[in-house]
Amino acid sequence: MRAFTYERARTPQAASHATLPAGAKFIAGGTNLLDLMKLDIERPTHLVDLGDLNLRAITGTRDGGLHVGALVTNTELASHPRVKTEYGVLSRAILAGASGQIRNKATTGGNLLQRARCPYFYDTNLPCNKREPGSGCAALTGLSRPLAVIGTSDACIAQHPSDMAVALRVLDATVNTVRPDGRERALTLDGLYRLPGDTPHLETTLEPGELITGVTLPPPVAGTHVYRKVRDRASYAFALVSVAAILNGKAARFAFGGVAPRPWRVEEAEGVSVDTAPGRRASAVIDRAFEGARPTAQNAFKLPLLRGTLTAVLESAHGGQA
Amino acid sequence: MSQTSPTPKPSDADPPALAVSLTVNGTRHDVTLDPRVTLLDALREHLHLTGTKKGCDHGQCGACTVLVDGTRILSCLTLTVMHAGQHVTTVEGLGTPDALHPLQAAFVQHDAFQCGYCTPGQLCSSLGALDELARGVPSHVTADLNDVTFSADEVRERLSGNLCRCAAYPNIIAAVTDVHAAQGAQAAP
Ligand SMILES: Cc1cc2nc3c(=O)[nH]c(=O)nc-3n(C[C@H](O)[C@H](O)[C@H](O)COP(=O)(O)OP(=O)(O)OC[C@H]3O[C@@H](n4cnc5c(N)ncnc54)[C@H](O)[C@@H]3O)c2cc1C
Ligand code: SF4
Ligand code: FES
Ligand code: FES
Repeated sequence: MRAFTYERARTPQAASHATLPAGAKFIAGGTNLLDLMKLDIERPTHLVDLGDLNLRAITGTRDGGLHVGALVTNTELASHPRVKTEYGVLSRAILAGASGQIRNKATTGGNLLQRARCPYFYDTNLPCNKREPGSGCAALTGLSRPLAVIGTSDACIAQHPSDMAVALRVLDATVNTVRPDGRERALTLDGLYRLPGDTPHLETTLEPGELITGVTLPPPVAGTHVYRKVRDRASYAFALVSVAAILNGKAARFAFGGVAPRPWRVEEAEGVSVDTAPGRRASAVIDRAFEGARPTAQNAFKLPLLRGTLTAVLESAHGGQA
Repeated sequence: MSQTSPTPKPSDADPPALAVSLTVNGTRHDVTLDPRVTLLDALREHLHLTGTKKGCDHGQCGACTVLVDGTRILSCLTLTVMHAGQHVTTVEGLGTPDALHPLQAAFVQHDAFQCGYCTPGQLCSSLGALDELARGVPSHVTADLNDVTFSADEVRERLSGNLCRCAAYPNIIAAVTDVHAAQGAQAAP
């Protein structure tokens, strides 16, 4: 690990200010950043520890929603009484990710900003535009089985690895931030995450020093909340594909994980074929939401896998009948 | 993936060392460390508590699991300086060879290890998981998020972050199940 200096920030604004010098970074749980620092992929020269900031609360908002502080751990968020009953898809998505030990340390802000799990992003001997801009993308002709099928570019085909973010997308959550000059803003998830284009090393629209202070959930969305994750082993593995769904009669919301550089949701696809059987409806939704998908030979299986997964989600909401 | 404590690159100037005090197994320690030292390396290399094991050093095996303020975390993915003033419990703090912790005794009784390398992590993780179960923290296999009950499936899921090369898994689950049952018997009126 390379040398860095370390400080603990006292206020969000001070934290934001302290990361302005080039090479400085925030550290929250550290479960992603330290892994990448050990591998010489992240090379911060200064770490600003957010641990003392007063961003650990989950509080009701005036309109009946919920505000989640950036330092709330994944375990705390998934176990919160209102999240379990009113935002079940979020509890389920978080509990489907990582392990108990990691969820106890991982934070809401850090989870959103965890970096790609592409095998070549992790292999410093091979080209990767995300790690070394302009070096090329080894995945395009290499092992692309886990990677994205849509929203990609010729520069990068990595998928976003977070489960939590897929649930936040289906819930229309917004991300609250503060910038070094003290100005605050709220971003949708699509507003937060950039698609790779020619600059896959730029993953978000956050400005230098911009701190995530929390996430705001709108009032609860009625219906059956489901998160279904398909992976190579039953636990402790990243998603091959996942479906976050809220189903309420004919009304439905779907967001998809493991398939795009950000949680993938296409609102126009949600209303198609609501009157047909689950299998046909799922196919119609996937066809629409994944129009223009560019899978590789190795990950083309993700589209039929998603159809099957969405069919199962729709069937479960119908009380198990096909 | 180095198996030893991280060595700075020769070109790196050492960053200023930082003073940290933390309590480990009830004893307060004041140490002065390079900020790069993970909690795992501080325990093993600085405090010479080598019970906690380094398997992968990347969050993938659970061998380094310890309890911090009663909560299980991975000591390889956190910096010592992030834990100033906190209470760390390692396997050395659970029991002694003459007075085993009930979970340690159950591991012996059920043959819940072969080489033993993963065992300190399994023990700390199991204790953390039992506490989470008792506090109603749900898991991926919990059918009703508001009704958390003990089952072998729950133990399997909750310990999925602790790998065992010797595949002692069924025996680990048996040991944890015994301790849970004994705790229940004690708690009953
Ligand atoms: C073995 C393993 C398996 C995993 N499996 C899964 C999985 O199945 N599903 C899943 O979703 N995740 C998984 N994860 C990833 C895990 O969820 C993340 O590591 C974790 O959520 C990151 O949170 P953190 O607080 O530790 O972030 P950190 O490591 O502290 O930070 C991550 C990044 O976010 C930045 N940051 C942190 N907080 C803020 C803030 N408030 N404002 C601005 N920037 C900030 C940091 O500068 C850093 O760049 C896994 C991780 C491991 C190690
Ligand atoms: S897909 Fe993206 S992260 Fe993977 S090698 Fe290509 S540029 Fe790097
Ligand atoms: S050594 Fe920490 S998880 Fe493997
Ligand atoms: S007992 Fe050998 S690794 Fe678990």
